Amino acid sequence: MSTQILEATVRRQEKAAIIDLSGIIDAFAEAALNTAYTQAESQNTEVILLNFSQVAYINSTGIALIVGLLAKARKTHKRLLTCGLSSHYTEIFQITRLADFMGIYSDEESALREAN
Amino acid sequence: MFARIYQSLPFFKKRLSLESAAQAVPETSKSSRAQTVEVDFDPLDPFIAYLLSKPGVAEVDKLHFDSPVLRSLKETGIQICVPLMSQGELVGLINLGPRRSEQEYSTDDRRLLNTLATQAAPALRVAQLVRQQQIEATERERMEQEMRVARLIQQTLLPKELPQPAGWHMAAYYQPARAVGGDFYDFINLPDGQLGFFVGDVTDKGVPAALVMASVRSILRSSAERESSPGKVLERVNDLLCPDIPPKMFATCLYAIINPLTGSMVFANAGHDLPYRRNQSGVEELRATGMPLGLMPGMSYDDQTISLAPGDSVLFSSDGLVEAHNTQREMFGFPRLRERIAAHHGEANLVEYLLSELKAFTGGEWEQEDDVTLVSLERLPLLGNGNGAVESWKLLDTFEIDSQPGNERLAMQQVAELLQNQQIPLNYLQKLITAVAEATMNAMEHGNHYEAGKPVSIEVCSNGEAIMVRITDHGTNQPIPEHTVPDLDAKLAGLQSPRGWGLFLIEKMVDEMRVSSDAAHHTLELIVNVKGDKHVDPNS
Repeated sequence: MSTQILEATVRRQEKAAIIDLSGIIDAFAEAALNTAYTQAESQNTEVILLNFSQVAYINSTGIALIVGLLAKARKTHKRLLTCGLSSHYTEIFQITRLADFMGIYSDEESALREAN
Repeated sequence: MFARIYQSLPFFKKRLSLESAAQAVPETSKSSRAQTVEVDFDPLDPFIAYLLSKPGVAEVDKLHFDSPVLRSLKETGIQICVPLMSQGELVGLINLGPRRSEQEYSTDDRRLLNTLATQAAPALRVAQLVRQQQIEATERERMEQEMRVARLIQQTLLPKELPQPAGWHMAAYYQPARAVGGDFYDFINLPDGQLGFFVGDVTDKGVPAALVMASVRSILRSSAERESSPGKVLERVNDLLCPDIPPKMFATCLYAIINPLTGSMVFANAGHDLPYRRNQSGVEELRATGMPLGLMPGMSYDDQTISLAPGDSVLFSSDGLVEAHNTQREMFGFPRLRERIAAHHGEANLVEYLLSELKAFTGGEWEQEDDVTLVSLERLPLLGNGNGAVESWKLLDTFEIDSQPGNERLAMQQVAELLQNQQIPLNYLQKLITAVAEATMNAMEHGNHYEAGKPVSIEVCSNGEAIMVRITDHGTNQPIPEHTVPDLDAKLAGLQSPRGWGLFLIEKMVDEMRVSSDAAHHTLELIVNVKGDKHVDPNS
């Protein structure tokens, strides 16, 4: 099966840098995810929001990449929030306890309310 | 002194040897005007009896009785014949023609000849024995060399290693008798992941049998690539073999095509011993008959089809096992073989078990009478639920995934498509296919090391209440590790790798995960209960 590259774009809202993720988060997503995170970090916002609404698949390697982002965020005292996760991946974030460290919101609007 | 001296060729000690070698060849020398004349001796000829009864010089021209030997000697011009006797046996003759002086042989001549014969006979006898021993040693060496060649041919053509498709265990044993026979077996990788298997036995022994075996094997392998029906393959082998096979030789052969994924086995038989299938119902002969190969062209062979369920096994053998005798001259026999297969329970595989039964039957001092070949094909049982309960899983489908990064999503898609009509709640299905993806990923990476030609095998089964997905790789060296609960705090603190979620996720996604390994595979069984009241929430 051909590898699918994750598309990750960064946009700035008032108090949050938003990373819009589209595609698949697996081993091939590492470069795109880290580049986008560095770009989001440079926005100097307190909150970085990962928008998963266009993500179809996250595997265990993808989970490890998100753990990596969370570790970076905690080091720099940034809050990492998520939105748009399906109920299945929300459950996985709960099982893995990522939900204990990342705010999980159903959509961007409610996540940004928290950021504000 | 003598016009011509004729010396006998060997007369061997045994009467039989005397018969075969009874001829006289005179010394040849142009200078002595000698000529080579061969005279056949019948050991029952009256002249031979005369020589034995009256040792000493015999004057040929003065003897008058009906004897072909005597007649031949006279026609050849022999005048005097001196028997060479050693320990009461006639071992040779000194034959003389007329004296060159054309005078009669004198009394002194006769005395001298008798003395010569007395001294020459033991020396001739010794020479004969030495020569006989040399001939026998040469013959022994020739036969041993032939056996070495036959054994080499045979062993070269047997498979070096057995295929071990996922979910199967193949075992084989081959032990040639001292005089190498013509047993053979082999596997052929066929298109679409099917496996060809043949076992056979050529009549006769030694190099001729080994050469016929090599021909059968070679024709069979090439025919198997052209024909998809075992019966057609045997027909073709028979027709090609018939014109060239030596007289009075033929080969029995059973050819089977196995689909390792579905358990289907199609086979045809050219006069070979019938295989036995063992399943939950017991042991049965798999009947298929046909003329042995090489006897008559134009034969046809019917295909038979059976299905091997997980836990079933088939035993193929040659007649060396059933025709083995014990010290009371009882034969092992088919009924005993069938009984022993039925009685097989335990750690050893069927082949090892039958060999131990054979040894117990024949005793340790058994001189093997014929080649013994045993091959067992076992479709491995599903792993069971640990409570000893019989699970009646029905196979929905089976497929393989090439070991390439990202292909776990193919596994997810295929399992999801397969189960879309099974009325499984969506959240159960999502969990199952997530677990399938993780297990496939592990199988491709850790079991198969992303090697081409090592696919991951996936079977999807249902028992009405649960779905089971069975994922098998070619991992052999490392056991699947016990999973540990990842410590997210340690990972976030940089004390642990952020990775290591795979097995944890799999176990959390399914109701039951079973792990097994054999010499050639790792297998993971993922079970999700799809009936709501039985489903166990993994988070609970």
